[in-house]
Amino acid sequence: MKPAPFAFLRPSTLEEALAALAGEQGAKVLAGGQSLVPLLSMRLAAPSMLIDINALPDLGHVRVAEDGVRVGALARHAEVLASAEAAQAQPLLGMALSHVAHPTIRNRGTTVGSIVHADAAAEMPMVLRLLEGSVDVVSVRGRRTIPAAELFAGPLESTLAHDEIAVEAFFPGLAPGAGVAFQEIARRHGDYALVGVAAHVETDGEAVTRARVGFVSVSDVPVVVDVTAAVQDPGGDPAATALAELDPAEDIHATAAYRTHLVKVLAPRVLAAATDHARSRAGEAIRP
Amino acid sequence: MTTKMFGAKVARVEDQRFLRGQGRYVDDLLTDDPRLLHSAVLRSPHAHARIVDIDVSDVLDVEGVVAVWTWDDLTGPMAEPLPLLIPHPSLTHGRTQYALAKDEVNYVGEAIAFVVAVDRYVAEDAVARIRVDYEFLKPVVGIAAARAAATAVHDDVPDNVGARMEQENGDARAAIATAPHTLTLDLDVERSACTPMEGRGTVARWDPDTSRLTVWSSTQTSTGVRGCVAAKLGLDLAKVDVVTPDVGGGFGVKINHPWPEELLVPLAAMTLGRPVKFTEDRREHFISSAHERAQQHHVEVGFDDDGRLLGLNVEFWHDHGAYTPYGLIVPIITSTQLLGPYKPANYRVVFESLYTNTVIVTPYRGAGRPQGCFVMERTMDAIAAYLGKDRTEVRATNFIQPDEFPYEHGLVFQDGRELTYDSGDYPASLVKLKELVGWDEFEDFRAEMAAQGRKVGIGLACYVEGTGVGPYEGAHVHVETSGKVKVATGLTTQGQGHQTAFAQIVADTLGVRFEDVEITTGDTRKMPYAVGTFASRAAVMSGSAIHLAALRAKEKALRIAAEALEASEDDLEIADGVVTVRGTDASIDLGTVAVLSNPLRYAFDEASKAATQFSVGDPGKPPVAEDDEPGLEGKDFYSPPRSTFANGMHAVIVETDPDTAEIKILKYAVVHDCGNLINPMIVEGQIHGGVAQGVGGALYERMAYDESGQLLNASFMDFLMPYATEVPTRIDIDHLETPSPLNPLGIKGAGEAGVIPSAAVFAAAIEDAEGFPIMSMPISPSELFDLRLAHADEPHPTEATPGI
Ligand SMILES: Cc1cc2nc3c(=O)[nH]c(=O)nc-3n(C[C@H](O)[C@H](O)[C@H](O)COP(=O)(O)OP(=O)(O)OC[C@H]3O[C@@H](n4cnc5c(N)ncnc54)[C@H](O)[C@@H]3O)c2cc1C
Repeated sequence: MKPAPFAFLRPSTLEEALAALAGEQGAKVLAGGQSLVPLLSMRLAAPSMLIDINALPDLGHVRVAEDGVRVGALARHAEVLASAEAAQAQPLLGMALSHVAHPTIRNRGTTVGSIVHADAAAEMPMVLRLLEGSVDVVSVRGRRTIPAAELFAGPLESTLAHDEIAVEAFFPGLAPGAGVAFQEIARRHGDYALVGVAAHVETDGEAVTRARVGFVSVSDVPVVVDVTAAVQDPGGDPAATALAELDPAEDIHATAAYRTHLVKVLAPRVLAAATDHARSRAGEAIRP
Repeated sequence: MTTKMFGAKVARVEDQRFLRGQGRYVDDLLTDDPRLLHSAVLRSPHAHARIVDIDVSDVLDVEGVVAVWTWDDLTGPMAEPLPLLIPHPSLTHGRTQYALAKDEVNYVGEAIAFVVAVDRYVAEDAVARIRVDYEFLKPVVGIAAARAAATAVHDDVPDNVGARMEQENGDARAAIATAPHTLTLDLDVERSACTPMEGRGTVARWDPDTSRLTVWSSTQTSTGVRGCVAAKLGLDLAKVDVVTPDVGGGFGVKINHPWPEELLVPLAAMTLGRPVKFTEDRREHFISSAHERAQQHHVEVGFDDDGRLLGLNVEFWHDHGAYTPYGLIVPIITSTQLLGPYKPANYRVVFESLYTNTVIVTPYRGAGRPQGCFVMERTMDAIAAYLGKDRTEVRATNFIQPDEFPYEHGLVFQDGRELTYDSGDYPASLVKLKELVGWDEFEDFRAEMAAQGRKVGIGLACYVEGTGVGPYEGAHVHVETSGKVKVATGLTTQGQGHQTAFAQIVADTLGVRFEDVEITTGDTRKMPYAVGTFASRAAVMSGSAIHLAALRAKEKALRIAAEALEASEDDLEIADGVVTVRGTDASIDLGTVAVLSNPLRYAFDEASKAATQFSVGDPGKPPVAEDDEPGLEGKDFYSPPRSTFANGMHAVIVETDPDTAEIKILKYAVVHDCGNLINPMIVEGQIHGGVAQGVGGALYERMAYDESGQLLNASFMDFLMPYATEVPTRIDIDHLETPSPLNPLGIKGAGEAGVIPSAAVFAAAIEDAEGFPIMSMPISPSELFDLRLAHADEPHPTEATPGI
């Protein structure tokens, strides 16, 4: 379990990093290393060069503004989780991050790295999609913003070009009258979920105006399903609506039937919790 | 007198070192030696294949590679198969692998080539360049495939059966045929493994000037490794030293020896004239060390209206993997220890030990007992359910009673000796357990939970464990002139706290301060005669030997002190390292006694002047009497007639989530009887660790082999060893101390106990919560969900079929 040989570069400017990345087809970006290093050690990946971005300036921010939370490429899961401001602006961040691995891994792993790693079993790619956020990427060719809906191409595959570095993820804040909730079932505390479900619900008074549910580990990409119609219909079955777009698979920890069952159990629960959350926030907004 | 140390909750002195990261494990050794070389092994990626050709020509081109070995390069005993450590007449078709595969590979992970290089990175690069042509054979994976025998693992082993063994006491089948009630059960336990934190590892250094080989290995038997290394490399035993430094856990897997690397590393060190190291990585540990547990049982039982066992007939199939280096120990233990604390009037057991194209099977903490306990306790529960009786009542009906010891089962145990229990008080243990877990109040609790829409269940399981198997252990106790006491025993330490527990024994027996006692284990230079640390034997075997050796040292100290103090030995007592004439001020410290014990010509310090030729002795006699030896020392061995049998009972209350099928532990209770307790804190630590490992085995861990023999979960990502968050935060423990009459300290082993009843106790509790039988372990939420679906339409499902 030792990596194959690779060249190692630790640039101190973004320009240098981008140039190196553009110049070496087999190069890979190294952020927190919590996904990449195990792949190297098991020789499941053998990049010719690692470009370590940990010495780059100005990428460690967790910045909260009117419109939402901006997380820099070097902000660790633990830092995002610890930010009370971020939790205030977008409560789903903290709800989901507390399920991402264990404290030691969260101390190193980056939220942006997790998103561009595009693991369907990871919480944050789904959260970004559910919140309709985006990722800013740069390359020698320039800078662009990729909306979450266009970010995930396939299993462990993002739409970043080889020469692009993700510099920031943007999570929109939670609007008044909106609520979120997250639940997951994992075999052990901190493991990747067997099934994880988050809900984002918008309300207007008692009425639910929009309801969407995001899923972890139920398909090979992060999936978000709009279940507004099913929620608004008194006889509606949001889980069934969602399952029509999901593809639960069997692995050594769970059968497809069990995953399907967990979707049926968790989806209504998180929808109810998110609806309550939305109403309680609406209530709070009115109270003062 | 000093406070008695035996029985005291003395904090483990080794923990400071371990918890501060100051342990020294094999991989920490020789790291500053610039000549140290590292190794890596090419392992078979296929479960069953013939090796057509191995091409290593590209390997030596890799910069930093020093040497490469395949079977073709091995000579003499090294080219022969590895030893079959424990032969048995029933093991008619025993097979062992070669240090490097010859012609055929029989499991994914089997060693094929050995590369030595300047570091492990280069060694792995080189391994990747070895090209092997394989001719694929169909793999045999799992017990069903082995029994079907459509393919043979070894061409010359018919039906994949390595051994068939039968034992019977009475006539079980006849008893069942005439019994008022009968039941049949089919039960399954899956593969798991020890997975210690530290994997296997070996370092060897050859000194060409003295022709001496030193081997450091992460093993549970340094003497065993020494014997094998000397034999395989053709060295005189006296030229080989094996030292076991700190070991990061064994749990059984490191008792198997010699591993291929344990021979290849010394071979390379001798050939290359440079020290060589092998440090196993985690994936290697999963696919090339050893597993255990997989068995299938078919039980037929006949009983009366009280649930009394009239006849028990058990047939089982044991998956021993690709080879049988450790003989039949595991299935023999299952077949005998299955009986637990019960006395069926007639018992027959027959097993087949089967070859599969998977990793070898050797003892894992519990060593076949968890399976046996699972089978017996499931049977007890099935009988109780059938008769509508309380589960504890059926057990109590079948207990061996306290006045029936020694109790002979009429069977032969794993050590080739009669299965005779020495002592125990099972009824008393059961009373304690029921109280500890709240057995009689449980139905109220169940109702209370049901009112909240919650499902709970309770289960219990009892076991008896043969501990402290022979043949022997020895000890050497040496009182230095400083008064410090150096003790050596040959078995090894893998975290059990031997420094603490053994020092407690010496402190009491010899009358010295606990802090003055230093224990050395697992170093063949200090104690070349030893067996090893397994089968919960260290306290019983080495503890007893140390006690006996300390007694000898004490005898000698009293004799010399009596002379010096001009008193009778009977009037002397030793406390805190000082010999005193009882009731007087006259005293001499043990250091001075040590000085006097060793007549000297040369004084090397102030104290030793007292022992020089013009100071002591009768000039008319030899300075050392004919039947005496110089030095204040004691050496002795302990060899028991047979194992001593510890016992215990566990109970658990679980909650099963009605929606998600998740399984939560609400309460875990243990009543434990390992005879006299040397150190209750260490024993409870062993129980905690065992229970944690048992929770893993019952609810999380399994070896997920696919049909082609690939292990799909060969990492801690997917092999779900429980975290601190998955094990009970609290384990209620009560002790019973029924001394063993077989050893001078009245002790029994405690190392494996915690893990033995877990599969049984969790199956019982989940069954109780769910209302349908649990016949296969481990169980995951996904499997519980499947069972719920399968039993959804049955009002009173039962898997134990009435009749036979
Ligand atoms: C034991 C364990 C348990 C875990 N459990 C979970 C869990 O439950 N849930 C979960 O979500 N995650 C889990 N993780 C993964 C963890 O969250 C990682 O931190 C995360 O997936 C990747 O972040 P990183 O910074 O470590 O990325 P790295 O490992 O450094 O990189 C991952 C990939 O992303 C690329 N990359 C990283 N940053 C950038 C960037 N800025 N621009 C372009 N490409 C980039 C790399 O080239 C690489 O391909 C676990 C990890 C471990 C070791």
